[in-house]
Amino acid sequence: MASEKGVMLLDFWVSPFGQRARIALAEKGVQYEYKEENLTEKSELLLKANPVHKKIPVLIHDGKPVCESLIIVEYIDEVWSDKAPLMPSDPYQRAQARFWADFVDKKVYDCGSRLWKLKGEEQQAAKKEMIEILQLLEAQLGDKKYFGGDSFGFVDVAFVPFTSWFYSYETCANFSVEGVAPKVAQWAKRCLERESVAKTLSDPKKVYEFVCFLKKKFGVE
Amino acid sequence: MTSEKGVMLLDFWVSPFGQRVRIALAEKGVEYEHKEENLRDKSELLLKSNPIHKKIPVLIHDGKPVCESLIIVQYIDETWSDKAPLLPSDPYQRAQARFWADFVDKKVFECGSKLWKLKGVEQEAAQKEMIEILQILEAQLGDKKYFGGDIFGFVDVAFVPFTSWFYSYETCANFSVEEVAPKIIQWAKHCMERESVEKTLPDPKKVYEFVCYLKKRFGIE
Repeated sequence: MASEKGVMLLDFWVSPFGQRARIALAEKGVQYEYKEENLTEKSELLLKANPVHKKIPVLIHDGKPVCESLIIVEYIDEVWSDKAPLMPSDPYQRAQARFWADFVDKKVYDCGSRLWKLKGEEQQAAKKEMIEILQLLEAQLGDKKYFGGDSFGFVDVAFVPFTSWFYSYETCANFSVEGVAPKVAQWAKRCLERESVAKTLSDPKKVYEFVCFLKKKFGVE
Repeated sequence: MTSEKGVMLLDFWVSPFGQRVRIALAEKGVEYEHKEENLRDKSELLLKSNPIHKKIPVLIHDGKPVCESLIIVQYIDETWSDKAPLLPSDPYQRAQARFWADFVDKKVFECGSKLWKLKGVEQEAAQKEMIEILQILEAQLGDKKYFGGDIFGFVDVAFVPFTSWFYSYETCANFSVEEVAPKIIQWAKHCMERESVEKTLPDPKKVYEFVCYLKKRFGIE
């Protein structure tokens, strides 16, 4: 591994997990080198930097790798602590932020994948589950500007990359996020007003093209 | 929820996740009320405190619930920060500690469950996987006294409750942890010299009785 000074991010363009790291770095104004990985042919650097999981994103800071997106985001928050704090300072609020970021981690990607991988009854069940997930998040957001309150925070960073996937979820499973969770839809729009988010998130149509490519690859109608 | 002052833990006696919390509280010298839940008849308090996952452990501090064992342990570490720090102070070391605790979370319980739930070829595959997991952890431990170095820390708290399950894993899947990961066994013995661990972990034979009960309930030979 290079022991060069500086920050490098090993990533894959459409990964919501990589986008969490990119948004956090942008919020903090950190300069870094972006390296796009080919996930069907992972680089030696990636395999060396993340030998345990062999996954992106990996942040390499002064030659030392940090893996797992939410762990990377907390690391970024702690290292570049002078600007744009993402975690609250109160221990109870921090526990709540970690809980909801973990909820997004456990639920959204997995259920979202089932929306495009499955058909018929199984897809209907996944759709029902996704609606429940969105409504739980909506209840948690309430009338706040962000999940973090007035400040864009950890849970916002954890969840906002998935908003580029809403179009794909809606199209594959035939429902409307705005219809079931209007506050989440509004929140997504507010987040896009932030440069860190606008410059990082993929175009929802490009995400959908990617999903269609995956469906073909996995032989899903 | 009661807004009484104090600390309460909703738990289940054999849960390694609950034991993480109990060990952390003991390390910090925190007095608390322990409430044993019947997981087949969950209390109203549990359902109200953890409406999302409906799982133990839940820590209720001055009436406010904290859920998810590793989130609870970090909360405990941040709230009772004057004694026995569990997470390192350096951001990179903290990221490493979180990574390895997350690795234990993602791998050990699920693979362990496969060891007693499955038979034949599937069980052998799980046995192979568990040996790999233990050897990866052994490599991470190296010649350190604890995963945290000289200090009993976050990763030690995350992993040590599973040591009571080693006897069950070994008996169900016919292998020896000591043979495949001798440093882990030494580490487990060091941990058992700590009062917090010794008073919290159940007898491995009682864990095995519980596993046998579960096997019967799930109709596994």
